[in-house]
Amino acid sequence: MFTEENLRKVEEIKNRYPKPMAALLPVLWLAQEQFGWISEEVMHYIAGLLNVSYNHVLGVVTFYTMYNRKPVGKYHIQFCANVSCMLRGADNLIEHLEHRLGVKVGETTSDKMFTLSEVECLGSCGTAPMMQVNNDYYEDLTKEKLDNLIEEFRKQAH
Amino acid sequence: MSEPTTKLYAQNGDPAFPKIVLPEIANLAQIEVYESHGGYGALKKALAMAPEAVTDEVKRSNLRGRGGAAFPTGLKWTFMPKGNEKPRYLAVNADESEPGSFKDRQILEFNPHQLVEGILIASYAMGIKTAYVYIRGEYYKWYKILEKAVADAYSRGYIGQNIGGSNYSVNLYVHRGAGAYICGEESGLMESIEGKRGYPRVKPPFPAQNGLWGNPTTINNVETLANVPAIIWNGAEWFSKIGAEKHPGTLLFGVSGHVNKPGVYELASGTLLTDIIFNYAGGVPGGKKIKMVIPGGSSMPPLRGEQLEGIRMDADSLRAVGSAIGTGGVIVMDEDTNLTRVLARIANFYWHESCGQCTPCREGTGWMRKVLNRMNDGAGKPEDLDLLLRVAGNIEGNTICALGDAAAWPVKFTIQRFRKELEEEILKREKSAA
Repeated sequence: MFTEENLRKVEEIKNRYPKPMAALLPVLWLAQEQFGWISEEVMHYIAGLLNVSYNHVLGVVTFYTMYNRKPVGKYHIQFCANVSCMLRGADNLIEHLEHRLGVKVGETTSDKMFTLSEVECLGSCGTAPMMQVNNDYYEDLTKEKLDNLIEEFRKQAH
Repeated sequence: MSEPTTKLYAQNGDPAFPKIVLPEIANLAQIEVYESHGGYGALKKALAMAPEAVTDEVKRSNLRGRGGAAFPTGLKWTFMPKGNEKPRYLAVNADESEPGSFKDRQILEFNPHQLVEGILIASYAMGIKTAYVYIRGEYYKWYKILEKAVADAYSRGYIGQNIGGSNYSVNLYVHRGAGAYICGEESGLMESIEGKRGYPRVKPPFPAQNGLWGNPTTINNVETLANVPAIIWNGAEWFSKIGAEKHPGTLLFGVSGHVNKPGVYELASGTLLTDIIFNYAGGVPGGKKIKMVIPGGSSMPPLRGEQLEGIRMDADSLRAVGSAIGTGGVIVMDEDTNLTRVLARIANFYWHESCGQCTPCREGTGWMRKVLNRMNDGAGKPEDLDLLLRVAGNIEGNTICALGDAAAWPVKFTIQRFRKELEEEILKREKSAA
């Protein structure tokens, strides 16, 4: 399942901790990078790799919000809706995105390009409103900036 | 006197405007630049001292934790048991997640080596051979920056076997979280490093006795540790004379909300709150009045706009006015802010982040959220405020960790301090609904 490169990384990660269970979060990250989301099959596979129970892996995956338990779009938009962003107009921008993408928060566009999520504080309050798309932060957002970004993502994808 | 403030460790800096953790030096995140400004000099100095002497220096500096509780750092280090029959660990808290807090990120981005150096000095002082930095999963960019800094420090021999030619060896690993506010709580953080759900542990036993894998562990915040090299380099007396006497040094103030220049400002502790808001952060857009300020991240008791004059930003001064320094995350709200909406948003956050272990927190945060959302939707009743106070009262003090209090306080103190405004908002919405 894992590429050879990732299997080598798993061994390297295990060496950082006195117990293999501690490698679970980093190994789940590797899995999400390789597979895009964490399926039941992946959880069974990782349980075997780290010699922990499937139930333990399931418990961890369901505790942390960043592990995707279903496939997400090519661009996973995670918009901060917490206080500092809200005070600077996040709600309007989320609505704008819903309108523009034709989806509600929590949904994926039919072309599987965008998933729109609302998330809690991303630690970027000084450059609010902001969002995270996949691994990257986009800050000091306005409707114009959002429109340009969406266009850019669409272009990149083609 | 602007030139001296740009020196690393704030050497010879103007004591009125020191930049201890965020010196204005370009490309300081690169190890060559950090070294060319004298970086890792404090580590070499520390390695030539006895470990106890390093701890003593930090203790005498009166450095207090920058993660929220302002606990004396040197004293915390002395809680580690003597002897080394068991492995011992340092866990660095880079799980910055309290709404309104965005300051550790600046250190990770602009001065990661000073953090690494601080981690190494702290590890040496406590005889620790393995340190983990727990960084929130969303901080991917900063995780990468830190991984690079750590790799570079390994290649230069600052981390690893016999560092700096000494007989001391230490390893440092970066551990990425995956989206759970509760993992910023120190025992939740340790559970998460161990590869489990981040459920906080019952204390005692405390981490210094029973931490990672049951071994002695110290947990320190990023900003706290980034101060340590400067303290070792310049000495405890130098540090203890900066800013507020009982809470010395600089603090990173993250200012957000209704200000013209939001951002992170490194200022001496004890700086006037009004100075931070009006001078550094450029005041309120449109010259509007301030209704409410949360001075230290979303869980800290709010202050009224008309009481801000004269309030100094340090742990003791804020306690004296019924609030707390927390993480120094200052959230400013102007006169037009709807407080019901703010409270509903905050309540939603703590409900979302409650780990679910303790009934009062799991159920209570849900009820507060429901009532506040109902109020926010225009269906609130004046008696809802007392209902909220009762629910908050049933959470506060009745949970394993501080998340319960963090959820209860904003509700309780906002109602206590802004009851009139909240009642008016309820009545206004009743009218507009009718």
